[in-house]
Amino acid sequence: MAADRSRLPGLGPERRFTFPAIQRSTLANGLRICTVPHRQVPLVAVLALVPAGASADPPERPGLAAITGDMLDEGCGDKGALDVHETLGRLGAQLDLDVGHDATVVGLTTLVRHLDAGLELLRDMLIRPRFEQREFDRVRELRLNRLLQLKDMPPALADRAFAQLLYRHHPYGHLPIGSEGSLRAMMVRDITAFHRNAYGPARTTIVAVGDAPHEALRDSVARAFEGWTTEPAQPPADPDSFGAPPAPAGRLALVHRAAAAQSELRIGHVALPRRTADYHGALVANMVLGGQFVSRINMNLREDKGYTYGARTAFEFRRAPGPFVLQASVQADATADAVREAIREIAAIRGDRPITREELELGRASLTRGYPRNFETADQIARAAAQLALYDLPDDYFTTFVPAVLALDERAVTAIAERHLDPSRLVTVIVGDRDRLTPALNALDMGEIADVRVV
Amino acid sequence: MNIAFDKRTLPNGLDVIIHEDHSLPIVAVNVWYHVGSKNEVPGRTGFAHLFEHLMFEGSQHYDRGYFHPLQEAGAALNGSTNADRTNYWEVVPTNALDLALWMESDRMGFLLPALTEAKFANQRDVVLNERRQNYENRPYGLAGMAIVAALYPPDHPYHWLTIGAADDIRAAHIDDVRAFFQRYYHPANASLTLAGDVDAAAGLQLAAQYFGDIAGGDRPAPVQLATPLPPPQDLTLVIEDRVELPRLYMAWHSPALFAAGDAELDLVAEVLSSGKTSRLYRALVYEQRIATEVAASQNSREAGSFFQIVATAAPGRTLAEVERAIIKELTVFLETGPTAKELDRCLAQAEAHFLFRLQTVGGFGGKSDQLNAYNVFLGDPGYFEKDLDRYGSATADGLRNAAAAWLKLSNRVVLSVVPRGRVALALPGSQPVTVS
Repeated sequence: MAADRSRLPGLGPERRFTFPAIQRSTLANGLRICTVPHRQVPLVAVLALVPAGASADPPERPGLAAITGDMLDEGCGDKGALDVHETLGRLGAQLDLDVGHDATVVGLTTLVRHLDAGLELLRDMLIRPRFEQREFDRVRELRLNRLLQLKDMPPALADRAFAQLLYRHHPYGHLPIGSEGSLRAMMVRDITAFHRNAYGPARTTIVAVGDAPHEALRDSVARAFEGWTTEPAQPPADPDSFGAPPAPAGRLALVHRAAAAQSELRIGHVALPRRTADYHGALVANMVLGGQFVSRINMNLREDKGYTYGARTAFEFRRAPGPFVLQASVQADATADAVREAIREIAAIRGDRPITREELELGRASLTRGYPRNFETADQIARAAAQLALYDLPDDYFTTFVPAVLALDERAVTAIAERHLDPSRLVTVIVGDRDRLTPALNALDMGEIADVRVV
Repeated sequence: MNIAFDKRTLPNGLDVIIHEDHSLPIVAVNVWYHVGSKNEVPGRTGFAHLFEHLMFEGSQHYDRGYFHPLQEAGAALNGSTNADRTNYWEVVPTNALDLALWMESDRMGFLLPALTEAKFANQRDVVLNERRQNYENRPYGLAGMAIVAALYPPDHPYHWLTIGAADDIRAAHIDDVRAFFQRYYHPANASLTLAGDVDAAAGLQLAAQYFGDIAGGDRPAPVQLATPLPPPQDLTLVIEDRVELPRLYMAWHSPALFAAGDAELDLVAEVLSSGKTSRLYRALVYEQRIATEVAASQNSREAGSFFQIVATAAPGRTLAEVERAIIKELTVFLETGPTAKELDRCLAQAEAHFLFRLQTVGGFGGKSDQLNAYNVFLGDPGYFEKDLDRYGSATADGLRNAAAAWLKLSNRVVLSVVPRGRVALALPGSQPVTVS
């Protein structure tokens, strides 16, 4: 039988998908454990979630949470820095240290037969880091060198300037890596104090996902972590308690990069937190606007105009309101046109081009029909479970996701777009050649172009 | 450890491979065309990749873009081009397998009727912007071009990177698209793998239904490449770039993908630079602190690979210092090979990496992509275990011998990338080269 090419084939009946069941337990020391058996491949992914990220940095020490996280594998327990990595290598383990705005996440993926050895190492990193002076000096130097190199990377410059302009002195106003001045002033006693105040069993969640039953995963985690008793006396403030940042001073800012072949763009404003009734609606609105290839902004700037390799938007969800941001790298001579088109698209979705039924269905379908593929690997499942822990979401969250998205109609989604997108508040950051861009940018009539120096 | 599969070749020459994995209600569709930038000619570089873009712009029976119906069905999809092959993939919910096969088969059989000058001009602009974003406007982004240009003579198709030269992309013509499609984009030059929630018999039947009536065409002869002469002694180059810290590249010719010595050199790269206890990291970054980062890699390709070491100098340090330290470590390794402990560690990591690769059915590097790689390059989708064995059976002597045979200090390309206006930071005696 040959294919019928007169029309696209319809979709068959949907296969049921059962989301991974999370089992929780709490140790006597308050440490929370989430386990999920995932039996496809003899691997296990373990994540430690400590709710202290860059927003917990003291105001005069931006970068402290990140360098503390970076120091965890530089010697711990009875192992020096090289021993830690020799052990990781022998276990065939992948270590991933990630310090975001709200949390530090230490991930370790290894063969299931090495689960206990991996957990021991993870435990020592979290509980017994050595924080030796000479290792600190080296790590700080590497981070300073990294900062130096970021000066030549337009996306990094744009991200830093955007965070500064949107949040100013708010705890979200800097990137996790911090600043040169702060890193230079940092001392070992700063990281020791940060670790003492931010890391403790009752604040930590360990997620273990892999090729073993719940009980075995839980027992292994319990054995490794039940001896952890030191609880911080002064834990960092919860981002829930952060006030709103002050309104940005201007609408248009430029980071000069002479003779840049492209302009790196960030356009956005502070939007909404992760825990909000509008979460699902914001996701759908973003799918229409810029969340996937066929979204309005990419179809306009890439597929219609050819200005860029790709443009996308996202609501960055955090515990406190995170930014809505559009990002693209556009050819230099199209910069002003790209900015105008991008802002027009953001305005239109809650103005003269509200979300249509067809767009709604496309956005909802992409989010819901593709949802199961986010649960394929042990690491993906562990990261999903860690999100529940970080944002205090219920255990049945995954099961309720699809019905919650499908319950939204175009009016509800447009209303959410109206509530959380505000063209009058958009801040535009451009990394590009000032002299070359200024005339066209002035013609946009967006007010004075602030010259930003990223420090 | 293996990836079970069924394989059948359709009468038109299309290889069809099915791997069942019913863990999730998803299926990966993965198509490889055995064409890449090594099929290009000087003056027309970058074309295979530009062509890949056009495959997403619609075909005769659905001419409203490739993404829309698939994203609406919940698919993830993408494609990529390298020197040796072009791949396209979708990961779809089980109930959208027909749709994905319809779309893939329509562009394999019926791309040209939907091709227009407007689409072609638009994607040429998009690709030029991709080039600006990922090469021209990125620190050290032009170094790769200088390296391959120095390693291979101008008429050798590894002389240029897959992205191609900007002028060549601008000069590309829509007629070239037609000729390229007819020559390379047909069932006999393609391999289709389905992996995931699909029964083998049903999958083979669906593949025949959607692809069976596309005309086969002649399988292009393999690109035959004479082994290029090794670089002349002391080929030492410099480019100026918008960077803060100078960086040193060393590159050597090395054995082709799957050839004798390829896996060994991959392991040599691990011993040299994977993790803090690797020889180069430990010496240059951890102990002496003269470099901020160092990476060694065996860049395996079908018709000949290259081995590369890259290190960035710490502020105040010179590339000459960095080079001396690398050579010192390399010399010791060439004499004594890896220790038993180093070899054990690298083999443990290799085993873990093979396991990591079994976790996903689709996407770049997932099981479907691997089955197609083995099938296209070796004609044997079942090569996974043999591939693992290439690593498992490697010996300390094997690593040392491969390194000694290929990483000769007299036959390297050495490139310094230095901040603009500061050529003095390059290795002494470097000749300036221009890339753009």
